[in-house]
Amino acid sequence: MSTTKQLRGGAKWALSVNAVLVYVFFYAPIALLVMYSFSNDNLVGRWGGFTLDWYRAFGENQEVQNALSVSLKVALFSTLISVILGTTAALALERYRFRGNRFFDALLYLPVIIPDVTMAVMMLLFFTQLFNFLDAVFGIRFAKGLATVTLSHIAFSISFVSIVVRARLAGMNETLEEAARDLYASRWKAFRYVTLPLITPGVVGGALLALTISLDDVVITQFVAGPGSTTLPVYVFGLIRRGVSPLINAVSVVMLAASILLVLLSLLAQRARGGTTA
Amino acid sequence: MTAVAPDEQSLVATPEFERSNERNKRRSGLLMALPAYVYLVLFFALPLIIVVVYSFATRTRSGGTALSGWNLDSYQKLGEPIVRDILFRSLLLALITTFICLVIAYPFSYYLSTRSPMVRNIMLVFVMIPFWSNFLVRNYAWRVLLGNNGPITRLTEGVGWEESSILFTPTAVVLGLVYGFLPFMILPMYAALERMDWSLIEASRDLGATGVQTFRNITLPLSRPGVIAGSILVFIPSLGAYVTPQILGGAKTTLLGSYIVTQFLTARNWPVGASVSTVLMVVMLGATLMYFRSGGKTL
Repeated sequence: MSTTKQLRGGAKWALSVNAVLVYVFFYAPIALLVMYSFSNDNLVGRWGGFTLDWYRAFGENQEVQNALSVSLKVALFSTLISVILGTTAALALERYRFRGNRFFDALLYLPVIIPDVTMAVMMLLFFTQLFNFLDAVFGIRFAKGLATVTLSHIAFSISFVSIVVRARLAGMNETLEEAARDLYASRWKAFRYVTLPLITPGVVGGALLALTISLDDVVITQFVAGPGSTTLPVYVFGLIRRGVSPLINAVSVVMLAASILLVLLSLLAQRARGGTTA
Repeated sequence: MTAVAPDEQSLVATPEFERSNERNKRRSGLLMALPAYVYLVLFFALPLIIVVVYSFATRTRSGGTALSGWNLDSYQKLGEPIVRDILFRSLLLALITTFICLVIAYPFSYYLSTRSPMVRNIMLVFVMIPFWSNFLVRNYAWRVLLGNNGPITRLTEGVGWEESSILFTPTAVVLGLVYGFLPFMILPMYAALERMDWSLIEASRDLGATGVQTFRNITLPLSRPGVIAGSILVFIPSLGAYVTPQILGGAKTTLLGSYIVTQFLTARNWPVGASVSTVLMVVMLGATLMYFRSGGKTL
């Protein structure tokens, strides 16, 4: 590092203090929540000795377990589809020019910046309208459920996957693919043996991110879920609105731990050098 | 391999070959984009248009929506005092949130960009974790901390501050929003500062400028794209916030997000909910366009 980035005296001190405070702000509430989830006290937010009772309650609560299994199903399926769609979209945008690519590019960004509530409203009205249409034209009746939740999750996950894969592609040397083509590899072979291994870290990173986002979503899911398709965050959100409880603490900590783990794995994958076929 | 693909027979770069190759590339590009393209048009662009269409529809007496007799009634409703108050309150809280994030994040990002690459990467990971991890739970953590029996309440009561609980007040909502969206400010701001040519700062100091002058004339203008991107990324979700006010706010802190949800799930006035959503989308698109116009490239 050059010397230009060195800070002097008072500024350095103030900036370090600020940095420490930011991290305390980020992590102290989480740490306290984790601590209270082990507290043997019916009142939330008070320490009453160590216990695992709330985690046991989490394991035994049938509603929580059902919601968890819905969440996992939705997350796995929506991730699978969005990884395929997001990766092909990223390849198309980074490696090809085609008619409408600017519009497609913008369309891919929108789900990332649009507020949850707006997207939730969009999906609700869309499915309502679609179901009315199908009922009127074909006489088939559909209802909100697992399918509507999964389809909505795919709609926002594609963008996140494609952003991560595109970042990978942008930092990648195109000459390798060209070399493969020059050496008479077919388009498919060049993709299979050169491009794919190189972008695998991006694809894995994107997939893990899609899983995280799907497992965390509350608002959109709440709008498009039907009676049997309540996901864990939606269930927990419903509980929270009625008040805090030690059980929510435990469920929250499990959800938080899962999302932190997935994020860390995703960051790790994105940093990987690549080159190995997965 | 038995057959050779047609475009591999002649690898001589004749004009026709170049042209057909170019055409082929265009076609395969579109083909590759097609699945995601179709999906997003069907499950994103079309829903977006439907929301706008609904905002001009009429609510029937039974709470349904009649897609006929198009009118601007639902937009006129935005001028009513109750809705106007909610609009202004959301705007105000979103601005305050953005400002606080800016004030905290700027020095933080500056500090971050002066660290060695290794330290920087570690520090960055610990900003990414809250950026991506469960938003609902992170809001819930504050509900526990600020609650009746929570440590903060006990602390303030211990000091002798009675009735000091800020839970269910606008202050709690802003706190939750800052907590939730601070990483959205830090990351683009850091990206801008990290890209900056730091030798300019050295040059400025060598030429006798004071620290304050250097900051005002060099650092601040160069980091502007980061400041704008971060502000947009915090402002937009704050304006549409729903989860945070539901968990940390009270009856008097209804914001746009909660208002929209109420219109759909309880009041059953879909045209009004759709019109507020449309306004929110227009604000979002406007902010994003402004950002790209001002020279930003990626969010």
